[in-house]
Amino acid sequence: MLDIEKIRSDFPILQEKVYGKRLVYLDNGATTQRPLPVVEKMTEYYLKYNSNVHRGIHFLSNKCTDANEEAREDVRRFLHAASGKEIIFTRGTTESINLVAQTFGEAFIREGDEILVTEMEHHANIVPWQMLCERKGAVLKVIPFRDNGELELSHLDTLLTEKVKLVGIAYVSNVLGTVNPVRSIIARAHAVGAKVLVDGAQAIQHMPIDVQELDCDFFAFSGHKIYGPTGVGVLYGKEDLLDRMPPWQGGGEMIREVRFEKTTYNELPFKFEAGTPDFIGIIGLGEAIRYVEALGQENIAAYEQELLAYAMDKMKEVAGIRLFGEAACKSSVISFALGDIHHSDTGVLLDKMGIAIRTGQLCAEPVMQHYGVTGMVRASLAMYNTREEIDLFCKGLAKVAQIFGIKQG
Amino acid sequence: MTIEEIEKDIVAEFSVFDDWMDKYAYLIELGSGLEGMDEAYKTEDNLIKGCQSRVWFHAEMKDGLLYFTADSDAIITKGIAGLLIRVFSGQTPADIAKADLHFIDEIRLAQHLSPTRSNGLLAMVKQIKMYAIAAAATK
Repeated sequence: MLDIEKIRSDFPILQEKVYGKRLVYLDNGATTQRPLPVVEKMTEYYLKYNSNVHRGIHFLSNKCTDANEEAREDVRRFLHAASGKEIIFTRGTTESINLVAQTFGEAFIREGDEILVTEMEHHANIVPWQMLCERKGAVLKVIPFRDNGELELSHLDTLLTEKVKLVGIAYVSNVLGTVNPVRSIIARAHAVGAKVLVDGAQAIQHMPIDVQELDCDFFAFSGHKIYGPTGVGVLYGKEDLLDRMPPWQGGGEMIREVRFEKTTYNELPFKFEAGTPDFIGIIGLGEAIRYVEALGQENIAAYEQELLAYAMDKMKEVAGIRLFGEAACKSSVISFALGDIHHSDTGVLLDKMGIAIRTGQLCAEPVMQHYGVTGMVRASLAMYNTREEIDLFCKGLAKVAQIFGIKQG
Repeated sequence: MTIEEIEKDIVAEFSVFDDWMDKYAYLIELGSGLEGMDEAYKTEDNLIKGCQSRVWFHAEMKDGLLYFTADSDAIITKGIAGLLIRVFSGQTPADIAKADLHFIDEIRLAQHLSPTRSNGLLAMVKQIKMYAIAAAATK
């Protein structure tokens, strides 16, 4: 059981007021808040230990290097990866996916090959593959989803041929909340020789992750979605695969020997970490992971599922509500429309009540096209949200509906 | 009426609302009441494109004065567009170009409509001023 009040006290921003009203923060899919231990750890390193990592001879540099590598171990443990060599620090999910598109793509994608994604992907898991296809003359194919938000897997046998070299799939949809059956899709992809990249941006904060059990080839996530800092993320990749991929960015740190005749590259994971990393961000991410581990991912998942069920029930009581995405296996992301009220109108009015939600196309235009809408409103819940906040949110929805003349029962 | 006089009227109208909700209800009323625009004018050129909602502004010169029509798929945005039309439509390009829009601050709307949003209030004002500057230049 989680002590939600105790958790909330670790997040001072949740006690803030906006427009003189109590803040109800339901935009966790966009970014989560950072708890005090993360901010304090980063502050401590800025104030006491800041020094560049991996090349220093002095005390401070060693201190930061150790903390940077401890964070790598934290991430390894959290993802259940086999080795720290498989954990590459990036700027975030987007950069992680681009790294794979650039380097795996460079080495393994040829003209006529196919890359398979789903219709519910975030733009970050579409556009890098489109760019790769354009460079290589490869073809992007799409697994569609049903109106309830679940993937149409009956198409998979036709789509998943030996032409497919890579499958890019979200573990959890950032719009629909659908938790995709990635494990079975990975097994089926491997059967035709395709590699699989799992976009874990919306999964990492909600459920235990085991990359070895999933058997995914790549797994990407961002620090700021799991109560860590912005600007730092992770790419997990299987070691033998990463070894066979060429480096991406060149520079310091990623080299073994530099000669004008020929430069040789560093070993994993440093081969993919050119330049000074955001090491204090990385140290903050390590702390965020420990914070989550201490609470227990199973506990977080159980609490959030309970809160999701409560929120879905409450929202259905609001007249005029239309929910997008009601997959049987769903994470705490709820996208909806309120009558025919424009999503931005709903967002502006909720904002004035102190309720922070997201509106628009949610970086997933194909999902908007699927439902024939120009945008949606999205409430995304985290472990520090409460039933009381859901009640305030639903009261806010009813008020918006009332302003626009939708009668409430 | 001059731009300044219209602005003063709007400030006076909004001053009766103590509650922000009333302000928005008023904007929604304005938006619902605003006559849309001819579909033919909903062109890419007239679109102030943003992620949140779509807004179109169309300008026409008649007898040395600029007339605006606007539309949006979001009602609050349309209401704000309606306020701007009321201020600017039927004024000379020169007056529009130099207008000081103090009413936006005084009715305390700007703080709610982020200028960084391309469909925000300020993006609309910028578009209107661009029309005016272009009209003044081609006169």
